[in-house]
Amino acid sequence: MLLEIKDLRVKAEDKDILKGVSLSVNSGEVHAIMGPNGSGKSTLARILSGHPGYEATGGTVTYDGKDLLEMEPEERACEGVFMAFQYPVEIPGVNNSYFLKSALNALRKHKGLQELDAVEFLQVIREKSQLLEMDQSMLHRAVNEGFSGGEKKRNEIFQMAVLEPRLAVLDETDSGLDIDALRVVANGVNSLRSPDRAIIVVTHYQRLLDYIVPDFVHVLSDGRIVRSGGKELALELEDKGYGWIDAAAGARA
Amino acid sequence: MAQVAERHGTYAADFEVFRTTPAFGPEWLRDARTAAFARFLERGFPTSKDEEWKFTNVSPIASTEFRRVTGGPRVTAAMLEPFLYGKTFRLQAVVVNGRLSSELSSLSDLPEGVTISSLADAMTAQPPLEGPSLKTDHPFVLLNTAFCEGGVFVHVEPKAVVTEPIHVVFVSAPGAAPALVAPRLFVVAGEQSQCSIVETYAGVGESAVLTTAVTEVLLGPGAMVDHVKVQRETATAFHLASTFVHLYRASTFTSQAITFGGRIARNDITATMAGEGAECTLNGLYVADGDTLVDTHTTIDHAMPHCPSHEIYKGILAGRSKAVFNGKIIVRPDAQKTDAKQTNKALLLSGDAGINTKPQLEIFADDVKCTHGAAIGQLDDDQLFYLRARGIGQHDARNILIHAFASDVLNGIAHEAVRARLEEVLVEKLHLPS
Ligand SMILES: Nc1ncnc2c1ncn2[C@@H]1O[C@H](COP(=O)(O)OP(=O)(O)O)[C@@H](O)[C@H]1O
Ligand SMILES: [Mg+2]
Repeated sequence: MLLEIKDLRVKAEDKDILKGVSLSVNSGEVHAIMGPNGSGKSTLARILSGHPGYEATGGTVTYDGKDLLEMEPEERACEGVFMAFQYPVEIPGVNNSYFLKSALNALRKHKGLQELDAVEFLQVIREKSQLLEMDQSMLHRAVNEGFSGGEKKRNEIFQMAVLEPRLAVLDETDSGLDIDALRVVANGVNSLRSPDRAIIVVTHYQRLLDYIVPDFVHVLSDGRIVRSGGKELALELEDKGYGWIDAAAGARA
Repeated sequence: MAQVAERHGTYAADFEVFRTTPAFGPEWLRDARTAAFARFLERGFPTSKDEEWKFTNVSPIASTEFRRVTGGPRVTAAMLEPFLYGKTFRLQAVVVNGRLSSELSSLSDLPEGVTISSLADAMTAQPPLEGPSLKTDHPFVLLNTAFCEGGVFVHVEPKAVVTEPIHVVFVSAPGAAPALVAPRLFVVAGEQSQCSIVETYAGVGESAVLTTAVTEVLLGPGAMVDHVKVQRETATAFHLASTFVHLYRASTFTSQAITFGGRIARNDITATMAGEGAECTLNGLYVADGDTLVDTHTTIDHAMPHCPSHEIYKGILAGRSKAVFNGKIIVRPDAQKTDAKQTNKALLLSGDAGINTKPQLEIFADDVKCTHGAAIGQLDDDQLFYLRARGIGQHDARNILIHAFASDVLNGIAHEAVRARLEEVLVEKLHLPS
């Protein structure tokens, strides 16, 4: 088991958001987390990545046999956890390729590998940027600065391709993408599917799952996973909308 | 006045001694010095009641007896090495305690059209150049005028294009006693000439020093001057500097001023757009820690039409350091079509650091564009988290963001080696892990 979440409770600024989430993910699997806005999808992604604004008040998260919640964000990244942000932040003054090189070398150093020099790094970059049909000029701009919504998302997956994580959490990577960009990004993600890697795709819409076909689908509502199933569950949600979940949640409350 | 004179007794005594030396200069200079010193005694050091000095308490300066240095310790090339930039500059004028050192300078094979000489010689040989520095009432400029013994004069002939940059190094090297150092740089760029000047203020020794630096740049019509000022004196230094830039028609002045502090570092920079179509860029970065106070007062005086001015000032404040930024833009009635932009940002790295900042727009023309923005803040948590979430350690992440903050000023420095060295100094200064 690569990731095991047990009865996880999370709060932010005194608001209880996740109210007991359990999820098991094996290497090689793709899990989709769906759910209405405000159900806690991004909170789940953030607590996995170590965001300082979110606090686990109960439950456990075990990643590769270790207590993930005890680890600093950079340690998690070095151990192979990657989060593609829903809203990637702009960092003026920091060159995109300098940033990526620092990140890649931090990971390599952690693994006891030699840091890449400029030439070797460029080789990696060239190969991966083709995968995502990236315009080379994006590499020379400041991190996400002035990028369109779609460019930001593409840049996230590009980073994923370069950093080669063992667990990737993609938070609404589909939003802001037109259909062509969606296809490119999804192809990128699919090419990164591997028996050694698990991917958690967080999405509001089923559309992305036409391209990135999940092994499992979970529905999150009001901080709880209310249903789990195979890929057909996504289609059912597409058909019925989220209304029935809210109704079910209402009935439970 | 007698009382004030008494309080400044050591200055008066030193001035009397200086008066008897040849360096006191020819008649016009003797008169200028005497008038300046009398005026200084009359007004004394500024107090917090002076509007321009409200937040900068100079009482540690007023209460110290700074003496004119006559000998001073021997400064060797090895001592200067950390302040130079390898072999970047072939043309280098080194001024120790206000006097040009022929031993440490390298000024052979000057490019065509440029003269670099001791300002003392220039002042003796030439009729007086009535620059704005001789008309001001600024107390530290008055002190400089009274005590300045040399410094550097750079003259670029009309149409001369000097591609090789000129490095002027001012070293403050006090002996056992606190020292008064009065360096001066005077640059005259003739019509349609072009040159690039780097000023570095270095400090060696441990005693306190009062450096009353004056830099004056006159740009003839169509002249272009690229200017860098690096201030890196010791932690016990008081750097009280005034820069006067006078731009005639269609001339261009670009400046990046990098200040690393001392106890008090005050920069008064005045650029006067005295001709139509002149363009001026005044950028600056100051980095302070400990108990340093960095005060920047800039004035861009738009006297003529069609002059763009650009100004970006950035401060990085750690420890208990304090900063003052006052950016004045004057647009006089004739200065239609002025386009003035000013940005002032400070990054506070500790809860005890602070800044007083004030834009001051005085606009008397109607068809003008003037924009200004100020921002004070800490490192951005979301940016820090983003970097850390990609595996970059907390210290490195902070480091990257601090460099990014400084980058738009540092990147304006054309000399790669200077930029690289300053990045290192930034890291050392803030004790960032490199
Ligand atoms: N940092 C925070 N502080 C306070 N409330 C938050 C914070 N983050 C999220 N929330 C709240 O928690 C709920 C779930 O948010 P989120 O995880 O972003 O949902 P989703 O991604 O499913 O739309 C929302 O009601 C949101 O307002
Ligand atoms: Mg979300």
